[in-house]
Amino acid sequence: MEAILALEDGRIFRGQSFGAKGERYGEVVFNTSMTGYQEILTDPSYKGQIVTMTYPLIGNYGINSEDVESHKLFVEGFVVKEYSKIASNWRAQKTLEGYLKENNILGIEGIDTRALTLHIREAGAMKAVLSTEDPNDKSLVQKAKDSPGLIGCDLVKEVTNRKKYIWSKIEKARFKVIVLDCGVKYNILRELLKHKCQVIIVPADTKADEILEMKPDGLLLSNGPGDPAAVKYVIETTRRLIGKVPIFGICLGHQMLGLAFGGKTYKLKFGHHGANHPVKDLKTGKVSITVQNHGFCVDIDSLNKKEIEITHINLNDQTLEGMRHKKLPIFSVQFHPEASSGPHDAQYLFGEFIEMMKKYA
Amino acid sequence: MPKRTDIKKILIIGSGPIVISQACEFDYSGTQACKVLKQEGYKVILVNSNPATIMTDPEMADSTYVEPITVETIAKIIAKERPDALLPTLGGQTALNTAVGLAGKGILKKYKVETIGANIKAIKKGEDRKLFKEAMKKIGLGLPKSDKAYNLKEACAVVKTLGFPVVIRPSFTLGGTGGSVAYNIEEFKELAKRGLESSMISEILIEESVIGWKEFELEVMRDIKDDVVIICSIENFDPMGVHTGDSITVAPIQTLTDKEYQKMRDAAIACIREIGVETGGSNIQFAVHPETGRMVIIEMNPRVSRSSALASKATGFPIAKIAAKLAVGYTLDEIPNDITKKTPACFEPTIDYCVVKVPRFTFEKFPKADPTLTVSMKSVGEVMAIGRTFKEALQKALRSLEIGLAGLDDLKYSPNDDELEKNLRVPNALRVLYIKQAIKRGNSINDIYKLTRIDPWFLENIRQIVELEGEIKSELKLTHEESSVDLPRTFNQKVRGLLRKAKEFGFSDLQLARLLNQSEDAIRKWRKDLGINPSYKLVDTCAAEFEALTPYYYSTYESQ
Repeated sequence: MEAILALEDGRIFRGQSFGAKGERYGEVVFNTSMTGYQEILTDPSYKGQIVTMTYPLIGNYGINSEDVESHKLFVEGFVVKEYSKIASNWRAQKTLEGYLKENNILGIEGIDTRALTLHIREAGAMKAVLSTEDPNDKSLVQKAKDSPGLIGCDLVKEVTNRKKYIWSKIEKARFKVIVLDCGVKYNILRELLKHKCQVIIVPADTKADEILEMKPDGLLLSNGPGDPAAVKYVIETTRRLIGKVPIFGICLGHQMLGLAFGGKTYKLKFGHHGANHPVKDLKTGKVSITVQNHGFCVDIDSLNKKEIEITHINLNDQTLEGMRHKKLPIFSVQFHPEASSGPHDAQYLFGEFIEMMKKYA
Repeated sequence: MPKRTDIKKILIIGSGPIVISQACEFDYSGTQACKVLKQEGYKVILVNSNPATIMTDPEMADSTYVEPITVETIAKIIAKERPDALLPTLGGQTALNTAVGLAGKGILKKYKVETIGANIKAIKKGEDRKLFKEAMKKIGLGLPKSDKAYNLKEACAVVKTLGFPVVIRPSFTLGGTGGSVAYNIEEFKELAKRGLESSMISEILIEESVIGWKEFELEVMRDIKDDVVIICSIENFDPMGVHTGDSITVAPIQTLTDKEYQKMRDAAIACIREIGVETGGSNIQFAVHPETGRMVIIEMNPRVSRSSALASKATGFPIAKIAAKLAVGYTLDEIPNDITKKTPACFEPTIDYCVVKVPRFTFEKFPKADPTLTVSMKSVGEVMAIGRTFKEALQKALRSLEIGLAGLDDLKYSPNDDELEKNLRVPNALRVLYIKQAIKRGNSINDIYKLTRIDPWFLENIRQIVELEGEIKSELKLTHEESSVDLPRTFNQKVRGLLRKAKEFGFSDLQLARLLNQSEDAIRKWRKDLGINPSYKLVDTCAAEFEALTPYYYSTYESQ
């Protein structure tokens, strides 16, 4: 069955449908990771986005029940050159195609994904429609144009868990960590648990007072989708918690901190989505290969350098990758120290969070 | 860190004559190193006994010695030239062994020559199987069970504890020479004897067999401040039991999840650190049990290897060139990416195509050689092909072998079922064609897997090629017979689509011509008339994320 990917600037890509049928819109972005499609599909940060994999052969190792980053799939659509009809791995339980169908996600294959990637690189990430229903190019392009896009759009409310919950109760927890769920990836929770933290996840709109009432040893501001500036209530909560509790921000959480500190965020042309980004720790001079997934970025120049220290820089484009408050127990990174998918080079940051909580306990 | 100024003169050892397992790859790596070091202002002294190399061209080094690569000769050269440093990691196993020999004779110490890249301790730790095993145990990496022996009696005692089959690996040899598999005690005695003889120190390692396990390799680079990156991941089509040099290999890894790949990546990084290769590249091999996922580390080469040459061409990341720069003190984040120029070399290449390497054999020139593929290398060369799919790259590689194949062709004879089964079970140069034959005869992927232990994902891709070939024959032939002499100019969309798909699957015009009883020219003209033409895509290290300033292209059939 034919499927069409239509971009708002009129560019059309035709391919074959291999997932669910229907029509979805979103911002089309490319991800350069060669492995980890299951983690990508289930990462809540991809809410609102149609993801193109630059690696052409996807689905080879199938799908298993363990490599999930949330309870469901969040991508709006999945674009590949060739999906594998069979799943070949000792842990595989189903094929990619079956997985997409089951979860009502559109997939399209047979796309010249390099051509699409080059187009996005030149023209920037843009709104798009993926459809198996409407064969009319013009009408599809119009639908892409009319779709809301990401700027100014609060997608956090779409992905946050509406109820507070505890991530796997443990005996003799060293610290109680509250995770403000803007679309948290499970591996952040798994990493905290590894460090013997009692992890309590609260909805994104939880008020600062409610959080403090729980008497946390630390607060983790999670990753999440979309434009940070549109999520005013989380920025406000963050602002109120500064100086009250040790804070570690990851990805969107880092951007929230940037905004709460009075800084600005801006949209990157096509974002960072991949598992090979070199990030330099300015204190040690060491480079970590990191996994990244963000379309927005904190403007380095907008930060008050008297208060905020720049700790990490992306070596590809010199953008901000990490910061630390000079006096208060607060630090954050733009990349994903929890990995999954991606390299483990930056997992040491969870250790730093633990040290910070220890110091301020 | 800037480059070192305390060393001025650097000695490079080449790999000598071209032999099986050590071919022109090391001329490539050595030449790159000479160029880089000269550019950086160092005086380069080169020793290579093989004058038919690019590195021995007069302008490559400041002084070139076309002399035997022996400890004695190089000792004399060192005495005369008095280099400050020796770079032994770019001339294959020969250079590495010679460096160890020079150190053993006290020559490096006597003339105050520092080894750069990998020091002698690291070389020994990487090469000596006992030391390697201890080091890997220390960092908690899984290993096949094994023990070593210095004579036949000891060897027989060891094999009793392990059971059959076992692998016999002599220490300190070239490219696995003498390494072999024994299935029973008679074979074992014969092979152990031969192994002891081929080892420079009469030492063999007898190892639990991991034959049939999935085989993987990672190309790793490390700099002086301990930043480590993976340049390329490689999956072997042929499972463990066939020497990597004789295997069809594929980049990147195809059948591991991210979790499994990251575990392997962590292991490789831990390995290069523990072995202590201070700067430069290493090749690290792993085996993974196909049903349980148990991962064991097989070996590491603390030097630029045959696989590094492949990885460099496969990714666009020039490993030897960067290794030479790292050896004189630069760090990865100080060196620009050769292709993008704007981003640093401190990153991990990501590719948006599939690379297939196929070894080239010439058993017809060695009538006495056993054409069964084993753990000792027998191929005399290799070809590499790039495509957007495994199918395309495989077919391109097969026709590049220049052995008369136009792609995944049929065998030249029709084997009976026993012959077919044997050629699937016992690795050989044409096994991929026997797989095709088996699929045509209706054998299931699972049956073929049981005989070959080749991952079903690869077999499924071959099945798709076979299936399309069938479709081409039936669908296009029918149309053709209805037409007159020439192939018809106007075809319906379905036929055009089929021809286009054939090109996307890597079918050559010649292959199609043979399938349809046409001339290659007729097919080409017909294809062009239908507007099916190749496009050229860049190898750019970054899957199009950044602009590539160095043109390096491959052809494929896609929209642009």
